[in-house]
Amino acid sequence: MTFQAIVFYSFAAWLIFAAIMVISSKNSVKAALFLVLTFASASAIWLLLEAEFLAISLIVVYVGAVMVLLLFVVMMLDVDYAALRQGFVKKLPIALIIAIAFFVVLYSFLTHGEFSAEKFAEPAAKAADYSNIKALGRVIYTEYFIAFEIAAVILLVAIIAAISLTFRGRRNRKSQNISKQLAANKKNRLKIVKVDPVVSANETSDELAVNQSEKQS
Amino acid sequence: MIGLTDYLILSAILFSISIAGIIINRKNVITLLMCIELMLLAVNTNFIAFAHYLEDTAGQVFVFFILTVAAAEAAIGLAIIVVLFRNRATIDVEQLNQLKG
Repeated sequence: MTFQAIVFYSFAAWLIFAAIMVISSKNSVKAALFLVLTFASASAIWLLLEAEFLAISLIVVYVGAVMVLLLFVVMMLDVDYAALRQGFVKKLPIALIIAIAFFVVLYSFLTHGEFSAEKFAEPAAKAADYSNIKALGRVIYTEYFIAFEIAAVILLVAIIAAISLTFRGRRNRKSQNISKQLAANKKNRLKIVKVDPVVSANETSDELAVNQSEKQS
Repeated sequence: MIGLTDYLILSAILFSISIAGIIINRKNVITLLMCIELMLLAVNTNFIAFAHYLEDTAGQVFVFFILTVAAAEAAIGLAIIVVLFRNRATIDVEQLNQLKG
């Protein structure tokens, strides 16, 4: 058994174990942590395939950002996970049947000989100064430049969508309310008050009171 | 010796596991999102295996773009889950039947 085979089989075993734990664990926090393990072992397998940049970005982007976000949301939401697992055992047989049938179809296709070692020989080893990042960058910034820019726009759209979905704003903010402004009219804004003329000096305070009550009625 | 078939079988196993996960966790939206991430991982592994054995960088470029889109999808999906939980106080898929779809 070569060193490559040992690395492949050990990380593949971790990958499959962690994936099974992701779909079967009771607690979503546990599932998220096992997903981290899945990504870590997948990145080891990508390293074996000489995709160094993508293996590192899988760790940085997924384990570092997406999974932290996922864990944050899982812990923030106060969900009764036990209730969500009702019917788990009932669905298990049909899930197993579908998954195994799907895998058998794929397996019979993959081992048919189309992808055998004769047709896809192990490529020659790269030179010691070969850089995967350089090769990838050269292609991305020339042939796939427009797609790269669109990917940047997609990330921008994701930022705006995530913020606008979850942003609630301040409770007491003093912004314009256009419909309220348009519904306002003179009656409920302006009050016309008749002010009494200046009272002459010889009138007593009693007469003043009588005059005022007459006016009010 | 490890060949292309081994990598393809590995990603086929991963994809089958995530299909089973989508069927058995049909109530919990967060686990469904995780299963979709697993599926994308299987697809990416396929792409990288072919890129390696065909000695073509294009496969790795595709993985790069899939990673970008998957990150955007996860961010928006989690935002939708947060809004959903705020409005309905549940993330059970079977209770989200307001649209009578």
